[in-house]
Amino acid sequence: MMRVGASLAGRPWWRSRLRRQEVLVAYLFVLPWIIGFLVFTAGPILVSFILSFTHYKIITPATAVGLDNYTAMIRDRNFWQSLRVTTYYTFGSVPLNVALGYLLALMLNQKIKGLSFWRTTFFMPSIVPILAVSYLFAWIFNPNIGLVNGLLRQVGIHGPQWFSSREWVIPTFIIMSLWGVGGGMVLYLAALQGVPTALYDAAKADGANAWRRFYHVTLPMTSPVIFFNFLMGLIGSFQVFASAFFVTSGGPANASLFYVLYLFRNGWEYFRMGYASALAWVLFLIIMGATLVTFKLSGRLVYYETSEN
Amino acid sequence: MSARLVDSSAWRQRSLIMRAVVRILVVYLPIAALALLFTLPLIWLVSSSLKPETQVFEFPPRFIPRQIRWDNYPDVFTLFPFVTSARNTLAVVFGVMAGRLLTASMAAYAFARLRFPGRNALFVVVLGTLMIPYHVTLIPQYLLFRDLGWLNTFKPLIVPYWFGGGAFFIFLLRQFFQTIPTEYDDAARIDGCGFVGIYRRIILPMSLPALGTTAIFTFMWEWNDVLAPLIYLNTPDKRTLAVAFQEWQRIPHGSDAISHPWNQIMAVAFLVCLPPLFVFFFAQRYFIQGVVISGVKG
Repeated sequence: MMRVGASLAGRPWWRSRLRRQEVLVAYLFVLPWIIGFLVFTAGPILVSFILSFTHYKIITPATAVGLDNYTAMIRDRNFWQSLRVTTYYTFGSVPLNVALGYLLALMLNQKIKGLSFWRTTFFMPSIVPILAVSYLFAWIFNPNIGLVNGLLRQVGIHGPQWFSSREWVIPTFIIMSLWGVGGGMVLYLAALQGVPTALYDAAKADGANAWRRFYHVTLPMTSPVIFFNFLMGLIGSFQVFASAFFVTSGGPANASLFYVLYLFRNGWEYFRMGYASALAWVLFLIIMGATLVTFKLSGRLVYYETSEN
Repeated sequence: MSARLVDSSAWRQRSLIMRAVVRILVVYLPIAALALLFTLPLIWLVSSSLKPETQVFEFPPRFIPRQIRWDNYPDVFTLFPFVTSARNTLAVVFGVMAGRLLTASMAAYAFARLRFPGRNALFVVVLGTLMIPYHVTLIPQYLLFRDLGWLNTFKPLIVPYWFGGGAFFIFLLRQFFQTIPTEYDDAARIDGCGFVGIYRRIILPMSLPALGTTAIFTFMWEWNDVLAPLIYLNTPDKRTLAVAFQEWQRIPHGSDAISHPWNQIMAVAFLVCLPPLFVFFFAQRYFIQGVVISGVKG
């Protein structure tokens, strides 16, 4: 087969003009992103780093205060509370979301009839806007007049106070997050369907039972997707804001003071931009740290095919 | 064939029926039960939004209203500035979408198809920005837009997306562009097509599924966005749905004394759900495909 590249190689002058053009067009096309990266990402990250060493109340100019914001953070009970709340939520919701999503995908992967109907049913809640989800769940879990406690009362159980209880508020947020499990499920399902049947045939021929086929074929082959979802869930759950803002606005008694909610309050309610910048940087470091740890821990748990797909 | 006919005794048939029953019990029953559990909140949302105020608190709870009150919907249209805030939301959604489709596809084209010095290094930077939480850049961006006099305009919400449209979408589109055979480019080049021409006449028209996914994701995310509109938009004529709704209906914590009855809140909530659900049902295939492309191959 005659390759176009080969015919071009025979005409160096034309080719080099072509190369110049290629490079020119490439930079022009990447330019918007480069500008955006410098102005809206790299610049602001640097500026927020600098701001985190200042007191800045918006109306008066920023004054340098060294490490004050960071030492204040160590003494700030609300900072620790927000960290505790967010960590608790993360450790509850991320594993549960991954496990339930994967379980649902396994259930739908059994050669069942009406797959697309079931898939749509489970997936749909995950596209309901967070605004609607928040108010809907606030209503469903209303301690006195909500649906859940109404149903529990019918079977003689006095339900908890849910979002109004300091002990229950985070578990209730976790339950609420599980309603959106369909997004992950769709991914797992696609991954499950992508496992080559030849592998199962080979395992069967070797006398592997259903559990061993799952453990030695299905799980390793889908582990990259599980890992991806776990990581995305982790990063996302550290940044929960809207649902807490809508449902509880951090209450009761700061029991659902999520980290980003606290950051938002410092920035736009107390106008402590310097302190808020320090909080943002700490969040940045936490997310980076969590990502690195997850990568490290997953090294042996995640199986990547080395051959090209 | 004849062997099967001989085999199909009544006993065997019964065991087949038994197996089917077991399969329904073991496979379909749990799925159906879970599906019902997942659907109940939505049914409750719709049903509450159609109840008269007096029936909202009824015990025991009823999923099908005894009496349907359609008027809740016309009511909330007069009580809640739905049209204005939906228009504002759509202005932001489409402003972001246009910028993202254009500039993310340009960058993705360069990364997928063109050879230039620093390409790999720049692409690593693109991927690196995926890890950066939006909140680290939020305060300096806010100060920048304040100095530009852009507060209480849509510009802070839209303009950043005209500069690359976000790393995630550059990555998504690049992945897709790479699946288009380069023979098309070569053929176009022989016909006298330049690099811009290949982008416009070959890559874009052949990437409609990926561009569709980008558009749909943008729609869903921007329709959902809360933090940025909350920070940048202050006056009622500029508020997007999320901010306007929050302003309209704050849930005073731990009390049932709310400023609007739950049937009205649920009616607005349902209206807010409609556009995403509409988009989802019309573009379901692209949607799930997009989730899968971005997740499985990412």
